[in-house]
Amino acid sequence: MADPLLKVEDLKVEFPTRRGTLVAVDGVSLHIDPGEVLGVVGESGAGKSMTGNAIIGLLEPPGRVAGGRILFEGRRIDDLPYEEMRKIRGRHIGAIFQDPLTSLNPLYTVGRQLIETIRTHDEAVGETDARTRALGLLREVGIPAAEARIDHYPHQFSGGMRQRVVIALALCANPRLIIADEPTTALDVSIQAQIIALIKRLCREHGTAVMLVTHDMGVIAETADRVAVMYSGRIAEIGPVREVIKHPRHPYTVGLMGSIPKVGQRREKLTQIEGTMPRLNAIPRGCAFNPRCPKVFARCREERPDPRPTPGGAVACWLNAAAGRPA
Amino acid sequence: MSSAPRLVEITDLKRYFDVSSPWLNRVIEGRPRQIVKAVDGVSFGIAKGETFSLVGESGCGKSTVARLVVGLYPPSGGRIAFEGKEIGEDRTARAQVQSRMQMIFQDPYASLNPRWRVEDIIAEPIHTRKLIEGKKAIRDRVGELLSQVRLAPADMDKYPHEFSGGQRQRISIARALAGQPEFLVCDEPTSALDVSVQAQILNLMVELQQKFGLTYLFISHNLAVVFHLSTRVGVMYLGKLVEWADTAHLFERPRHPYTRMLLDTIPDLDLTGRQRQPVGGEVPSPINPPSGCSFHPRCPFATERCRAEPPNLRDVSGSSVACHAVEEGRI
Repeated sequence: MADPLLKVEDLKVEFPTRRGTLVAVDGVSLHIDPGEVLGVVGESGAGKSMTGNAIIGLLEPPGRVAGGRILFEGRRIDDLPYEEMRKIRGRHIGAIFQDPLTSLNPLYTVGRQLIETIRTHDEAVGETDARTRALGLLREVGIPAAEARIDHYPHQFSGGMRQRVVIALALCANPRLIIADEPTTALDVSIQAQIIALIKRLCREHGTAVMLVTHDMGVIAETADRVAVMYSGRIAEIGPVREVIKHPRHPYTVGLMGSIPKVGQRREKLTQIEGTMPRLNAIPRGCAFNPRCPKVFARCREERPDPRPTPGGAVACWLNAAAGRPA
Repeated sequence: MSSAPRLVEITDLKRYFDVSSPWLNRVIEGRPRQIVKAVDGVSFGIAKGETFSLVGESGCGKSTVARLVVGLYPPSGGRIAFEGKEIGEDRTARAQVQSRMQMIFQDPYASLNPRWRVEDIIAEPIHTRKLIEGKKAIRDRVGELLSQVRLAPADMDKYPHEFSGGQRQRISIARALAGQPEFLVCDEPTSALDVSVQAQILNLMVELQQKFGLTYLFISHNLAVVFHLSTRVGVMYLGKLVEWADTAHLFERPRHPYTRMLLDTIPDLDLTGRQRQPVGGEVPSPINPPSGCSFHPRCPFATERCRAEPPNLRDVSGSSVACHAVEEGRI
């Protein structure tokens, strides 16, 4: 296999607070191949956005990368000085955030913002060429009447159209990797389907890899090649989408899949995972999922399971350990 | 459809909002008056013990219908009847009917007063309706309600910030149940929650419905949740009902092109490799809705008639559909 585009090894993100240090991401390892869509799914507080923010170097202080390494195209990027990282961000790694309104400057026309971004990343491009490219990008992301729309302000666009502009912005420098954090969450279902189709098409055409962070398993099923399921700052299970959705191995993934209502299968009750995800200051000993796990046994309460390989992926669960308990 | 006696009957319900510029701007700049027809002639009935769901995208008017039904907005036109009696202008009569309804809101962070203890929050309907007298008796009742929603009775001394989103939604449900309602209006009660917590709340709602014989009006944009929970489903688009039918029927044989489009957006979790055909376009502004059928600019089956004449709901083999193409047998 070729070298992965992005490699994250044992990443740890900490938040020092007055009442002790909170560990938001704890030993996450993953890789993304060129042109691949990796979904990262989890519930609020699972650490999925933190992982994405750590990769693009946008952790909110006092959050900091406390351990592990992030390698982009074989080069370590987690310890780069701010200005160095700024050059990578945008040009090599793009970002799409949840709320398209806060990602755009309300005081500039979308054309101005696109042209500025294009020229920042490629100083050789002149104003006229940049405008032509901006127009091309707007057309590519499916904005109707792009010639007129390029001179409009963000507030003149609808939510779905704004998200298209944000995607165009992320594509300005033709990055090799895009971190998309909940790109469809703020949108209506019909627009959501359009944006998913757009992201898929653009990845295919540009060969861009995407790390798609979302809480929505449906979006993952539609878009991703592989998926990492996060729980309490760790990866519970990672593998090909089909494998994880059809044959989940980690009890948390099993519960998560069962709790999603599905059209066509009428069930009296949805599978319920009792309780909630632990708070960062009260992560239990052993496996973080053990107090909610229907298959818990003694070892889970004592020792933390490390990810062990499965076909095409890995699962962090003692049930999957070779020397696990008798079935 | 169902011959059971209707608990709630809504006829030609309308709610218009004036969104005009201020008077001075209208006079000086000659701007016109602008009216949003948020709900524009919606009729449906809800039978006792069933769950009627309204689905649609943002701005379709589904939440406005919910607020009209419980009386948070006065309607601009049309009638709402409860057990066959119209809810009119008379304040005492209206208060009496409304005491049998309660509402659960979407945002469990905004709908609970952060300065009140859980006990006071849940006991408020008991106090206003004078259902129980005496401090001890009320505390016992609040404890009982908390156990019914699977929280500990000891939680009544805490404040809302001490709870997670799912637990807060349980508190909202306990508060609604405190008024001993027969009819609950639930406006997107799980859309702010994580899926595993959503499953807990949906299971709880089904359980309470069976236990107390509750009737639900359920508002949601999530079709899978609606499929799971409802007896009948109404689909709204730009202030109008475009189709309604029994749940199984609607999901198996959607008639209206908009319903078909909505069903097509449901993510495929079974990975059948089905190719989705995302429909282009977006919901137009409700200030200037398109002429004729308001879905025509996005509809692949639109004709001249659709552009000119608004369709009415008609019964078509088990569904009620407002679509010229369906009526003419073109689809």
